[in-house]
Amino acid sequence: MAYIQLPDNAIGMRGLMAFRPHLAPHLGAFTEGILSIDEGLSKAEREIIGTLVSKLNECQLCEGVHGAVAACYLNDDEALISQIKENYENAPITDKLKSLLAIAASVQKSGKSVSVSQIERAKALGATDIEIHDTVIIAATFCFFNRYLDGLGITPIEDPEVFRERGRMIAKGLGYAPKK
Amino acid sequence: MAYINLPEENQLPGIRGLMAFRPETARPLNALAEVLLRDENNSLSRGERETIATYVSYLNNCLFCQSVHGAAAQCYLEDDGSLIGQIKENYEKAPISEKLKALLAIAGSVQKGGKNVTNEQVETARDAGASDKEIHDTVLIAAAFCMFNRYVDGLGTWAPADPQVYIPRGIRIAEEGYANYDPMNSIGK
Repeated sequence: MAYIQLPDNAIGMRGLMAFRPHLAPHLGAFTEGILSIDEGLSKAEREIIGTLVSKLNECQLCEGVHGAVAACYLNDDEALISQIKENYENAPITDKLKSLLAIAASVQKSGKSVSVSQIERAKALGATDIEIHDTVIIAATFCFFNRYLDGLGITPIEDPEVFRERGRMIAKGLGYAPKK
Repeated sequence: MAYINLPEENQLPGIRGLMAFRPETARPLNALAEVLLRDENNSLSRGERETIATYVSYLNNCLFCQSVHGAAAQCYLEDDGSLIGQIKENYEKAPISEKLKALLAIAGSVQKGGKNVTNEQVETARDAGASDKEIHDTVLIAAAFCMFNRYVDGLGTWAPADPQVYIPRGIRIAEEGYANYDPMNSIGK
């Protein structure tokens, strides 16, 4: 049960957006700008970063939704997403993405936890400044959204099919920007 | 030195250098800061909202954000810095409303992690007169500063040590807001 009275039948973030509708376009545009672009990092890589940080923050809703979006971009490979969450260093992903996930995991603890050696490793593996920047802002953003949902006691979703459906909607065109 | 190569880094500390580096991210971030901290359709005053932002930034040990937003809060609250200093040190003893104390307790929990907020904290805030919207906005602002703080520190940006340096920026925020801020323009480029 949420700590505040939200509109009926609106689950997860959508309940909060319905509660404070003037905020929805701002949060949507911001999210769209960092997750729904393929410049440098792919959309799948961006969602993987968001999913890992949400898992580390134990935010079941964000982990579920963004894991589903990521899987959708990766031919429904849910096993890969699970493997990344469990131990990304052993997962079949690029070394560059591993080095960026290490940075994201530090950001989850705090901004000051990111180390020079983590940055150097990422750069040595070919990460550009923009990719490092985007990794940090995505990881930081999920520290925001995870706290927003959990801090208001938003009810988790038990049925993984709900996440899959939402993931498909986001990945296949809906995105995050509010639609008319 | 930041971890990435930022334009005019020496003149643009904290988030300002990041905004110059990635203007496409800066625009929605500034729009978000504007609606969170300055929108007039809000029963929390701008001073109260900047106080929440300052307190969370202080807990996250983010010098740049706590200084800039502390300066904005000082400007709104007509404070010479002593009230904001007192709030950071021990808000329970500061001369602020019981409602704001209760909201700062919620914000302090959000800083640790969303699940740290308790029913009891929410009840205390409600008993002190906080509305659902005010509780919502407190959580949202506290959570957002867990982002801004990590963004600024996670990329290793620098921050001026002298608190006085931030005072003019606080005044400009109070006067002009966040939405139209352009870092390059701010240094005449």
